[in-house]
Amino acid sequence: MSWRIHAFGLPALVLAGAIAAGAHEYKLGAIEIDHPWTRPTATGQQVGAGFMTLKNTGTEADRLIGAESAASEKVELHEHIHEGDVVKMRPVEAIALAPQAAVKLEPGGYHLMLIGLKAPISEGAMIPVTLIFEKAGRVDVELMSQKQGEAHKPAEHMGH
Amino acid sequence: MNDWRLFPVMFLAFACSLTLGATSALMLPWSNGTAQASAPLALTAATPSATPVTEPQRKVPIGGPFKLLASGGRTVTDEDFRGRYMLVFFGFTFCPDICPTKLDEIARTLQALGEDAKQVAPLFISVDPERDTPETIGDYVASFDTRITGLTGTPDDIFNVAKAYKAYYQKVALDDQGTYTMDHSALTYLMGRDGTFRKLFRPDETPEQVAEIIRQVMAEDKGS
Repeated sequence: MSWRIHAFGLPALVLAGAIAAGAHEYKLGAIEIDHPWTRPTATGQQVGAGFMTLKNTGTEADRLIGAESAASEKVELHEHIHEGDVVKMRPVEAIALAPQAAVKLEPGGYHLMLIGLKAPISEGAMIPVTLIFEKAGRVDVELMSQKQGEAHKPAEHMGH
Repeated sequence: MNDWRLFPVMFLAFACSLTLGATSALMLPWSNGTAQASAPLALTAATPSATPVTEPQRKVPIGGPFKLLASGGRTVTDEDFRGRYMLVFFGFTFCPDICPTKLDEIARTLQALGEDAKQVAPLFISVDPERDTPETIGDYVASFDTRITGLTGTPDDIFNVAKAYKAYYQKVALDDQGTYTMDHSALTYLMGRDGTFRKLFRPDETPEQVAEIIRQVMAEDKGS
């Protein structure tokens, strides 16, 4: 009874699709962009942060030199500096991507800062962002809006 | 990571005033990252055990009176929270990462505390009074947990409360168009039911650890 297989197979396919969407990735030449995400905004929050893992699978170094988004007035590359118990957020000119290495943009570290959000970000929304690499060029990705605990456990990102 | 930079000037002042000899060492008991030891208020001088301390203990109090504004322009003072534990931390709403993370963790701490959370008043105090109005900060914190109170005030009010808590903050320009960020200390303070300092939490302590320590303090108070 082939329809029976179909009936069971369809939900399985849908589920597989959902899992793939839960950890989405992009590729641009030698650069892999793994699971770009952001948080739903709190009421009145004018700024957002974008996180992801960037992998350079090539043999040449590259740099993330900027980003753009239709969702905000501007996007800057930022890092957090932890000096003792004081936290400082500073713009960076670029994020270096050494060959055969990965760099994490994660809470407490590097992030894209979306300044002047044009609309609140709700949970589950996909926020379009264009990443600009010095050598690999431009790539359109979407930041998946999700609560922090679903993307990172505190132990993974708070160590510093 | 026992790096403590908040009162270097005071350290110097104490170092100069303590005349207990070259073997004296300054200890900061509450900077213990594990926060297991009870955290006395006093900055004490460790002396050789045979030598009695003849000088009066010097204290650097953490915390103190404040008068700030909450949602609706309501005036809030420290005395409003007597009988409950204040969980005090500083931040600002133009903060894309550290402050949402912290607020999320406070919300999870309250969840972990269950019924005991009723005895805790989490206070998120703005270090950015220029941008954070009572409405802005009230709505912002309510997105994380309605039990958190967001507080702001005049620049002088904020200066005074930060000074009382020995909290560092500084405005830093991000560009020449007036965009700025705030550097600030990311510590959380647990104040007792009488408003005095009890525990200091470092930013890397998990909500579960914080909840556990709050419970220990509650148990100590019950026993006393």
